[in-house]
Amino acid sequence: MTGDETLLAVSELSVTLRGRPVLSELSFEVGRRELIGLIGANGAGKTTLMRACLGLIPYQGRSSLADLPPQDRSRRAAWMPQAREIAWPVTVETLVMLGRIPHLGPRQRASETDRLAVYHALKEMGLEAFRQRTATRLSGGEQARALLARAMAQDTPLLLADEPIAGLDPAHQIATMQSFARLAEAGRSVIVSLHDLGLAARHCTRLIVLDAGGIVADGAPDTVLTPSLIRDVFGITAWFEHTDQGPVFQPLEVLE
Amino acid sequence: MRGRVFFSGLILAVLVLFTVSLVIGPAQIGPMESLRSLIAGDGGPLTLVMREIRLPRALLALLVGGSLGLAGAAMQGYLRNPLADPGLIGVSGSAALGAVLAIQTGFAAGFALGLPLAALAGALAGVFVVLALAGPRGTSLTLILAGIAISSLTGALISLVLNLSPNPFAANEIVFWMMGSLADRSMTHVWIALPFALLGAVLLASLRRGLDALTLGEDSAAAMGIGLSRLRLTLVFGTACVIGASTAVAGSIGFVGLVVPHILRRWVDARPGRLLGASALGGAAMVLAADIAVRIVVPSKDLKLGVLTALVGAPLFLHMIYRTRREGL
Repeated sequence: MTGDETLLAVSELSVTLRGRPVLSELSFEVGRRELIGLIGANGAGKTTLMRACLGLIPYQGRSSLADLPPQDRSRRAAWMPQAREIAWPVTVETLVMLGRIPHLGPRQRASETDRLAVYHALKEMGLEAFRQRTATRLSGGEQARALLARAMAQDTPLLLADEPIAGLDPAHQIATMQSFARLAEAGRSVIVSLHDLGLAARHCTRLIVLDAGGIVADGAPDTVLTPSLIRDVFGITAWFEHTDQGPVFQPLEVLE
Repeated sequence: MRGRVFFSGLILAVLVLFTVSLVIGPAQIGPMESLRSLIAGDGGPLTLVMREIRLPRALLALLVGGSLGLAGAAMQGYLRNPLADPGLIGVSGSAALGAVLAIQTGFAAGFALGLPLAALAGALAGVFVVLALAGPRGTSLTLILAGIAISSLTGALISLVLNLSPNPFAANEIVFWMMGSLADRSMTHVWIALPFALLGAVLLASLRRGLDALTLGEDSAAAMGIGLSRLRLTLVFGTACVIGASTAVAGSIGFVGLVVPHILRRWVDARPGRLLGASALGGAAMVLAADIAVRIVVPSKDLKLGVLTALVGAPLFLHMIYRTRREGL
């Protein structure tokens, strides 16, 4: 793993869904060791952007990941969609093992490497005790963590997760953001969409702000979360300070 | 470990039922004697009975049951719905329409292979209509809707044929054929069905990993490198081959494709890929058992196989619904 390799290069990406332009001419690059928070109001196009980057929906422009053949792409980037689907009552371990599918040949069985990846993903998400539990009978938050462990077990340089911490308790929200930070420290990168600006400000190395189909700000949380941007994009006021215990961002009131 | 024991048990059950199916029949022959004449083949009437009547019947039960179980598991896995049935995409209906037309027009009577070939042609036509309706990039929902439309249309057309039939014997034959049976089939039927059933089985078996990935939904599966359009096409053609082949030689046999995957799911830890093989074996065992039962229960009356599977299958299904509700699955 080299230091400044580009994991995703997007240029002039536009998406039109049912005749309605959702994203227009977005460009950005993702290198290694980045934890990118994708923020923006509801309907700003966060999910659409991530799916277009992966080539899951039609788009114009270029995305280095979507250009790859599906099998190659699935070894470069993992995707955790917002819809938390677990169709069958499989065990948590089986569920997480599904993340190894891109690494297996048509008739190949799970190897030691696969088992190890599953073990690490379960441990990272604090799910060791849940291994033999039926995934469909877990609580919503537990299911989200199991699905995130599944995406982590795919063991890709880049992980894209759509609102992975929504519905998690505070301890697991923080723990999940810390797991992402650890992945970034280990040389990988994570793109995560989220609405909790406090967690975004505290844990992300970079924020990309979407509004009206375009990127309105892209950079370190300090430079992005200015009062004017918070006002224009989110329509709120907020308190943002660097304290002894790190950056603290607290939304205050809705502007009329 | 548990999986290996389970699969061995299924294989054993199929072997035992296959043997029992061979030694049962109206001709009162001892089990050992009948098996000996089947294998040795002295050219006597006993060998003729074994090779021309009982062997094709047992082989067809294996083939039809395996086809129904496999297609049911594949369909449930693809639609991520335990209530899905291989008939859902309209193939059984269109195969039945082909067969009914062959009986009505006299094509079946005039030509020995007329009926199964017409049924296969019907299945093939049904697939193309379903695919044309559902579109190349459609979702599973459009596929189901197209299937329902085809099933209703073929059902209506079969009723129309019966309605307008000037010949009560043809109408009678149609009604009995639609109940599904394996009686009085020959090795020719086996050779007609076998290539399609094998081709379909290979296609459906190749879906293993894709169906596993679909546990996480279509978006996740696509992101894991599973080509969904190709998977759907393989599923539809594979199902058409196996269901077309089994409907062509046995008529419509209900509930096997629905019930078998449902019963066996818990034994393969709910993994859709593994369920394919298990359901093929389970379906074969169920149809072999049912075909043995129709010969034992009322040997004098030609009890139809499809009637028995529905009679047993429907209450079993009700029981499973009750159990599913209780477990909150």
